[in-house]
Amino acid sequence: MSASTAPSLAPRATVDTAVGRARRGPASRRRGLKHAGWVLLFLLPSAIPLIAFVLVPMVGSAWVSLHRWNLISGMEWVGLDNYAKLLGDPTTRKVFGNTLMYIAGYLPLVYVGGLGLALLLNQAFRGRSFFRAAYFLPVVTSWVVVALVWQWLLNPSNGLVNQALGAIGLPEPGWWTDPTWALPSVVLASAWKDLGFVMVILLAGLQAIPGDVMEAARMDGANAWQRFRSITLPLLSPSTFFVVVISLVNGFQVFDQVYVMTGGGPSGASQVVVGQIYDLTFRYGRAGEASALSWLLFALILGVTAFQLHGQKRWVNHA
Amino acid sequence: MPDIQTTTSRLGRRVVLYLVVAVGAVLMLFPFLWTVITSITPSGTLSSGPSLVVEDPTLDAYRELFGVMPVWRIVGNSFGVAVATTVLQLITSSMAAYAFARLPFRGRNVVFAVYLATLMIPLQVLVVPLFIEMTRLQLNDTYFALLAPTIASAFGVFLLKQAMEGVPRELDEAATIDGAGHLRIFSTIMLPLVRPSLATLAVFAFMSSWNSFLWPLVVIRSPELMTLPLGLATLRGQFTTEWDVVMAGAVVSIIPIALLYLVAQRHIIAGMAHTGIK
Repeated sequence: MSASTAPSLAPRATVDTAVGRARRGPASRRRGLKHAGWVLLFLLPSAIPLIAFVLVPMVGSAWVSLHRWNLISGMEWVGLDNYAKLLGDPTTRKVFGNTLMYIAGYLPLVYVGGLGLALLLNQAFRGRSFFRAAYFLPVVTSWVVVALVWQWLLNPSNGLVNQALGAIGLPEPGWWTDPTWALPSVVLASAWKDLGFVMVILLAGLQAIPGDVMEAARMDGANAWQRFRSITLPLLSPSTFFVVVISLVNGFQVFDQVYVMTGGGPSGASQVVVGQIYDLTFRYGRAGEASALSWLLFALILGVTAFQLHGQKRWVNHA
Repeated sequence: MPDIQTTTSRLGRRVVLYLVVAVGAVLMLFPFLWTVITSITPSGTLSSGPSLVVEDPTLDAYRELFGVMPVWRIVGNSFGVAVATTVLQLITSSMAAYAFARLPFRGRNVVFAVYLATLMIPLQVLVVPLFIEMTRLQLNDTYFALLAPTIASAFGVFLLKQAMEGVPRELDEAATIDGAGHLRIFSTIMLPLVRPSLATLAVFAFMSSWNSFLWPLVVIRSPELMTLPLGLATLRGQFTTEWDVVMAGAVVSIIPIALLYLVAQRHIIAGMAHTGIK
């Protein structure tokens, strides 16, 4: 990838001649035009939708974020007021805080769980592909279904989990109806859904670790824990890095399961950034603020991703 | 003596291994079973606390579900939109990837950088302006609006460009000497050689469309145009305490994707794993 995005455009043999000829005569210029035609033919099918449905709304969003607007009446220019208002608003801190809490709960759960499953399935045993398929089933289930199923399992009054907890004499939390338990409920459901995905990524990483390295360590008398600490984990770091990047980006955008399970409630206790963007726009008619919040979120995602890409040199092993 | 010891310890480890993976499988699969059980439990008995054994199973919940929602239509919508998204993304992404991998032009790196930049922008951030754009274009509440944001995928372009750059240049140079044009090289050399990456993209496109919720929620109002996640969320809003009906809806939306998963399981998992390695 680095070679192709380097600024020097080294033209390749075939087209090099086409371009060279284009400078020489009308016949060759026609060939140059023809080449441009091919480029457009291959690029436009993706360029037009990307311009129309990503770049245009992107610019539009920046424009809207500088206005007060309820989607119906005229737009009123307010400059950077929306940003100032958001930054001073405790609700903004709350929704970003909740989003970070979600990530802080979700990421360790799926990583440790996924790694555990991957290590188990990396051993040869009968029925391994059945178990792999079983663990992966929640991944293909949609978020809305997962959220509903868990809302039912975690139903405070007659859900299965509380029935079981009650039967063995443990306290029965109010789960998604309780401000303290609402976010953990969402984390639980989300981790359950994504465990199989993380497992598959890490399993692919484990299987790429050369067997002779492991064998050599075993010969040298390294025990299972030592082999895990000093061979498996370092050699797995590219897969770990991928899981962390994907989980963080997805985590900042969490919405579906929150919207369905708690609606951001009770009274904002589990509201996340995207949920707030949705509510600001479609419930409170504050599209300007919603757009400004979108940009804050985007800036945060960009910042975190850049930070990770920068930091990966320190711990990701690209052997 | 040591022989027996190692065999017993190996056997013991085997038993522990099976025990752990089995507990894991129960945790992962039981919620699905529970969904089915709830959906066939008579609604009266749910409030008193559910039970694993259904005394007199009933399909009442399904009757009610099909009575309040155009279920077949909604399932059809989900499939139609997911298939259309997948096909469109495969076409647009592979063509752009070919341009970036094999057609040098001035400013190519800049254009590619812009493509990559769009990869960084989540749909969530664009929902408000996209909604406004669709309203302006009077496209709200249409199939086109459902498809629009995912016709092209920068992820797909990136994935396929990487794959196409791995195809030996000698192959298309030989074809050029034989008089093949770009369309021929693209369709008869490139596409067949990057099939694994095409499969990966297809899996991703289909699943993300199938699961998509926020955008349909914003842009679709008519029940006839709803996709499954949106239909389910709407159902939950109407039946706040009738969990048998809600779970019947969940079962109906799990079945098609679970069947597809059973058939294409190996490709789906391989496709997912494929993205993690590179």
